[in-house]
Amino acid sequence: MAGATRKDTDGLNAAAAVKDAILAGVIALGIFGPLVGLKSEQNMRNELVLTTRWGLVAIIVGIVIVGRFLLTTVIWPTLRARKMRDKPAPTAAQIARRSAIAKWFPSTSLVFLFLYPAIVVSLVGFQGSLKWVDNFGIQILIYVMLGWGLNIVVGLAGLLDLGYVAFYAVGAYSYALLSIHFGLSFWLLLPLAGILAALWGIMLGFPVLRLRGDYLAIVTLAFGEIIRLVLINFRELTNGSAGISSIPKITLFGIPFDASPNGFAKMFGLPLSSAYYKIFLYYLILLLALLTAYVTIRLRRLPVGRAWEALREDEIACRSLGINTTNTKLTAFALGAMFGGFAGSFFAARQGFVSPESFVFMESAVIVAIVVLGGMGSMIGVALAAVAMIGGTEMLRELDFLKAVFGNNFDPDQFRMLFFGLAMVLVMIWKPRGFVGAREPTVFLAERKSISSSLVKEGHG
Amino acid sequence: MEVFLQQLINGITLGSIYGLIAIGYTMVFGIIGMVNFAHGDVFMVAAFLAMIFFLLLTTVFGLSSIILALIIVLVIAMVLTSLLSWTIERVAYRPLRGSFRLAPLISAIGMSIVLSNFIQVAQGPRNKPLPPMFPGTITLMERNGFAATISYKQILIWVVTAVLLAAFWYLVQKTSLGRAQRACEQDRKMAALLGINVDRTISLTFVMGAALAAVAGTLYLTYYGVVNFSDGFTPGVKAFTAAVLGGIGSLPGAVLGGLLIGLIETFWSGYFSIDYKDVAAFSILAIVLIFMPQGLLGRPEVEKV
Amino acid sequence: MSAAFDTIAPEVAAPWADDPVLTVEHVSMRFGGLVAVNDLSFSVGRGDITALIGPNGAGKTTVFNCITGFYKPTQGMLLLKHASGDSFLLERMPDFRISAKAKVARTFQNIRLFSGMTLLENLLVAQHNALMIASGMSILGVLGVPTYKRAEKEAIERARYWLDRTGLTARADDPAGELPYGAQRRLEIARAMCTGPELLCLDEPAAGLNPRESADLNALLLGIRETEKTSILLIEHDMSVVMEISDHVVVLEYGTKISDGTPLEVRSDPRVIAAYLGVDDSEVEKVEEQLDEIAEEAAG
Repeated sequence: MAGATRKDTDGLNAAAAVKDAILAGVIALGIFGPLVGLKSEQNMRNELVLTTRWGLVAIIVGIVIVGRFLLTTVIWPTLRARKMRDKPAPTAAQIARRSAIAKWFPSTSLVFLFLYPAIVVSLVGFQGSLKWVDNFGIQILIYVMLGWGLNIVVGLAGLLDLGYVAFYAVGAYSYALLSIHFGLSFWLLLPLAGILAALWGIMLGFPVLRLRGDYLAIVTLAFGEIIRLVLINFRELTNGSAGISSIPKITLFGIPFDASPNGFAKMFGLPLSSAYYKIFLYYLILLLALLTAYVTIRLRRLPVGRAWEALREDEIACRSLGINTTNTKLTAFALGAMFGGFAGSFFAARQGFVSPESFVFMESAVIVAIVVLGGMGSMIGVALAAVAMIGGTEMLRELDFLKAVFGNNFDPDQFRMLFFGLAMVLVMIWKPRGFVGAREPTVFLAERKSISSSLVKEGHG
Repeated sequence: MEVFLQQLINGITLGSIYGLIAIGYTMVFGIIGMVNFAHGDVFMVAAFLAMIFFLLLTTVFGLSSIILALIIVLVIAMVLTSLLSWTIERVAYRPLRGSFRLAPLISAIGMSIVLSNFIQVAQGPRNKPLPPMFPGTITLMERNGFAATISYKQILIWVVTAVLLAAFWYLVQKTSLGRAQRACEQDRKMAALLGINVDRTISLTFVMGAALAAVAGTLYLTYYGVVNFSDGFTPGVKAFTAAVLGGIGSLPGAVLGGLLIGLIETFWSGYFSIDYKDVAAFSILAIVLIFMPQGLLGRPEVEKV
Repeated sequence: MSAAFDTIAPEVAAPWADDPVLTVEHVSMRFGGLVAVNDLSFSVGRGDITALIGPNGAGKTTVFNCITGFYKPTQGMLLLKHASGDSFLLERMPDFRISAKAKVARTFQNIRLFSGMTLLENLLVAQHNALMIASGMSILGVLGVPTYKRAEKEAIERARYWLDRTGLTARADDPAGELPYGAQRRLEIARAMCTGPELLCLDEPAAGLNPRESADLNALLLGIRETEKTSILLIEHDMSVVMEISDHVVVLEYGTKISDGTPLEVRSDPRVIAAYLGVDDSEVEKVEEQLDEIAEEAAG
């Protein structure tokens, strides 16, 4: 009897799941049918004509139907069952393993980061290493550094800044313009760019201090856009959208990386290769990122860092304890901006070219996404998120085998940002608190215990 | 005078489009307190849908009446855009309701990236120009060789906006749906206790916002005759500015804000510099939020201690 | 007998007016057309526990917000005098300076702890300003100068002292948000005390406490007055707390002071009784008579 009843409900569930999947298919057809099935293209006379791709639509709708069916019948019930089952308390071995990972992960990954160029070179040679050091190493580390810089503002102080890329731009243009017009060296301009960016951080931070919540986010977004639009339109200084090219390279304390007799390769009697410069840049950005991390970790344990976190938790309580919240917010803005400025001047030197195209809102969104996906305030989480998001999307460039599947016109690069966006949505649904949600206390009396993410507030920004 | 009149006409046209998009922002913010970042891109997708169906009707089915084609396009675009927005809310926002406050915002930014890149992949990165529609104009005033004109397109945009806003106003003010929505805006928990289906009301809010964004998208396409996958961001931010300027949460405020932003933008381009028109819009956004965060028609917020 | 009730007038003779830590003079606070506080004057005696009571919506929290700078009063003066003789006009100071310089600490009606931070961290945030100077505005701190280490150690000692006093030492490394309600109230008081205040303002410290916790609270507050010589101003609904520990009670109704005196005086003030019981004037006399009888019985 009981068995029969269960079978009935199963049958009902299956029928409902099929119905549900078909409904999802209909919705998918409604959305993807016209947008994918009817492709508009310009013909020889520059008129738009439609070409049809119903096969592709059928595939997409099929995937949605099957996916939805599996989701309702298999995936969700399993997840729910797993949640319902009482989680066994972690055994001593598990706890030990976890704390060992937490203890050794930062130092091991640090060692790996320092050895990375050597590993790459030994695996694929100098010429082959270019791509791995540049596209993966340097690119990811720039975002790690930007993420850590913004983490001060968003993760610690809880002020959502959607215009962070403005400070990156200030740093980049400071280096580009000052090195071209005044011939100053990178090593002088790096701190200068940081200071300039910090000043901009204070200037832009000052008017928005009173704002809270999404309003702060939108105003910072507006500031970011204003700076970009000024860069486009102030052609006399910035050369507009064409950008600034032939920005001087960085020298190793006066030794240039070129083919000249006193260049790096000649000096050390090495064969000429552009890989040296890339490897040099890799170590430079690694050190800059580590500087950001070092300063942040130190500051977190100082009164100013605790005040940032307290500000994120409750601003009014901070004021009742005599904390000057204006200064506290401004230091967060200024420091975050300064590291953005460092990263910007590095970026300009590495590219040799800057244009407003590099400082669009999407860049800010990517950096904020890295901070939030990583778990606000967690240095390791932010670094992991940068590796996953930037490294993951860079990986898409490498998927040439997909051409074999989808034909030669298929360009995986186009899908990079599409997947990035999807990943943002999925990670948020999967882990709204980011990869590392728990907070490590800055000081302890008897025992250091992680603080569950559900207690940590996200700030009013 | 002619220049002034011309800018006024252009500004109101542009402002109508911003106002229609702004309603979507303001309603969603009003009901769940979230900036639906993807709304600008929903508007862009609507313009693409309009473009595709317009082509389908005129070139494939050979429909010769542009007006009829436009009406059909408007209806289809509204339906499909609503479906899209409903799905987005269901998939990307609803699972995050009541969790970490930043999560829906990040999810919305992700969705905005997905939408614009999806259109880029599916429809290509190039501009999509349509042949000009309703080319005629009416000259209102002419002096020293400069004429202030109003085009049939502009009249069409004004009429459609006015009619749909009136219908929408009726829907929100006079129907039970509108009442449920306003109740949820006041207090979601209480509304749920009183038997209002909160989830459905929120879904419907997204649907209504999207339907108006679809109107805006169709009108945008008619007006400019061209659309690109990246066209969602700037109008989206400007419409959000409009919503904030008018007082977020206030429907008349959104329309008023839209008109003001449209006027400011055209007058700025007409009298000062076309280069800095977007700078003007963003500066206004910043200034309004800093000095008048409740907007023109919004309720002031008092800090509770 | 009725002469006993004319106790509101002789403020001049009241002990708390001799050396007040805080003098509130003619303070009014308007929100648009609403008058939340109307021409309020009272003093808080140094070393006293002063209670501010009144029915809901009487404007008590508004007074607190004016004292602690979260609101600027529309009119009036708030003079705070330290034992050292320094004095401060609170209505002219921004909120954080009132805590930092004038040394007025407060707690909140709806507890405002840093819930994602540990108890110890909460208490260190309260010592922000002193630590900030010790860390050389963070610059020396980043470089790891030993003077800061020493200052931090002292701050931790002070925090431990207050954790001991509030019975929370065992939970020092737990997040504040995990504490039970009563402990959160105590932690908020400990946090306020870590700022080293001259005047401690408590907004309904006993709200939501059970009788035992309430008794502990009384002991804690009396202890604070005893050892720290801190003057305390509290808003309270729980009459047992008010009557048991306060030296001086000020009663508000509709933003106006209706009574001011010792607990005994205030308790028998017909206007206070009327305000609390909501009786109209004709019935006040009846209540007075009843009270007289009670008083006589007590005397007899």
